[in-house]
Order: sequence, then structure tokens, then C-alpha cells
Amino acid sequence: MEISIQGKCMTVFLDGEIDHHTAAPIRKQIDGEIDRLKPKLLVLDFGGVTFMDSSGVGLVMGRYRSVSACGGKVEAVNLPPRLYQIMKLSGLEKIAGLRMAGERP
Amino acid sequence: MRKQPLNRFTLTFESRSANESFARLAASGFAAQLDPTVEELCDIKTAVSEAVTNCIVHAYPDGLGEIRLIGEIFAGGLVRFRVKDKGRGIEDIALAMQPLYSGLGGERAGLGFAVMESFCDRVSVRSKPGRGTCVTLEKQIQGKLVGGDG
Repeated sequence: MEISIQGKCMTVFLDGEIDHHTAAPIRKQIDGEIDRLKPKLLVLDFGGVTFMDSSGVGLVMGRYRSVSACGGKVEAVNLPPRLYQIMKLSGLEKIAGLRMAGERP
Repeated sequence: MRKQPLNRFTLTFESRSANESFARLAASGFAAQLDPTVEELCDIKTAVSEAVTNCIVHAYPDGLGEIRLIGEIFAGGLVRFRVKDKGRGIEDIALAMQPLYSGLGGERAGLGFAVMESFCDRVSVRSKPGRGTCVTLEKQIQGKLVGGDG
């Protein structure tokens, strides 16, 4: 996982498998940066994710809560079709911008 | 008469979150003998991951318990997985299966059963409060021979 920061925009490049087990350390690291930066925009890039279950949805929802509390927005981008399908099941598009791989803003 | 499986395995493991990936890899490895598509294998991995996570998070919230994963293959390419625990059980199964109902809030999306249902052909749940839960997942594998991904 890599985090890049430009001004008040924070981008997290997620990789590997996201399940209930792996989500905990990912969450901890992202939340540390959110606390420091108070970003206006948090972009979660799922391009490098090889497996994800509904824990990935929880990851986006939880970050939405902390970022929106400071008036920021959350986007989940570069979603492979299958991850996009899981995100849509939750109605997540109502609170976060969702973009499939190759889709432009 | 109940149909006999062509092949079967049983796996017992502790309700540690590190075993989520172990369980889904075991399930997909077992189903691989039906020559499924990559998509079908991913469906199985995702559904089993959800069922096992439910045991870890909900069945044994305060400690370790035993989870049993049983896989069966039937003639015609049906694969069935059962995920059993001896944990807390579910009071109201219909409520627990509703999307966005987590019972925990916070970091759980409450989507486990919705995901299982969207990636399997049949999902059923039996549970007794205080005795445990058994989730059954069934999927008909079409495989690569029937217009899969080659």
C-alpha cells in the first residue's frame, strides 16, 4: 500500500487481498494519515487489489465517516468489475464516488 | 433419496482471522477439479470468505472457537460448501440476512449474506441461539467447456 499526498488530497493505492483480517492494518495506517492531514478529498485506488470481500465496503464506509466529519469527500477508483459489483450492492455510490478501472472522473 | 457426493472434504480450523484466506483458498482449490472459470472460482472465494468471516466476527465475538468447512461435489458440476460453527447462533435469521444489517456497526458493512447470495445459486442458513450456525452455499459450475472464458 502506498499513500500519496498533494495539498489536501490524499490518494491511497491499495494492493493485495482485502478481507476482514487484512483490513485492520490498512485501516490503521489510513486513519493515521487522515488524522494528520484532514483531507478534503480521499481517493482509494483499488487497481492493485487481487481479492476483496465486503470488508472492502466497510473500509470505504468507515473512511467516509471520518473524512466527511471534517467536510471532505471520498472516492473509490480503478475498481475492477467484480469489486465495483460488490460496492454497488451496498448502495455506496450514495456517499462515495465510484469509478471502474479506466473510467475518468 | 439424498444424492451422494462424488467427492468431499472436511476442514476444521480455529476462528482466527488469518484463516479467512486459508478457508477460501481451500474451497477454491477443491472446486478447481470441476474446471471452473476464473470468475466462478472468484465467486466461491468471495462467498466462503464472507461465511467464514461471519463465524469469526459474530459466532465467536469474545474468543476462539471451532469452524468447520465441508465441501462436496455432486454429479453435473454442483458444488456445495457448508460453514459450521458452535458459536452464539442467530436469533432472527431473516433480520441477520438483510443487507446493511450488521448488528455490530462500525467497520462491518452488513453485506455478508447479500454478497453470498449474489455469488451463489443458493444460500441457506440454519441456526440455534447458543448452539451454533450452519451456512450452506451451492453453486452450479458451468466451467470452461460451456461458454466460459476459454
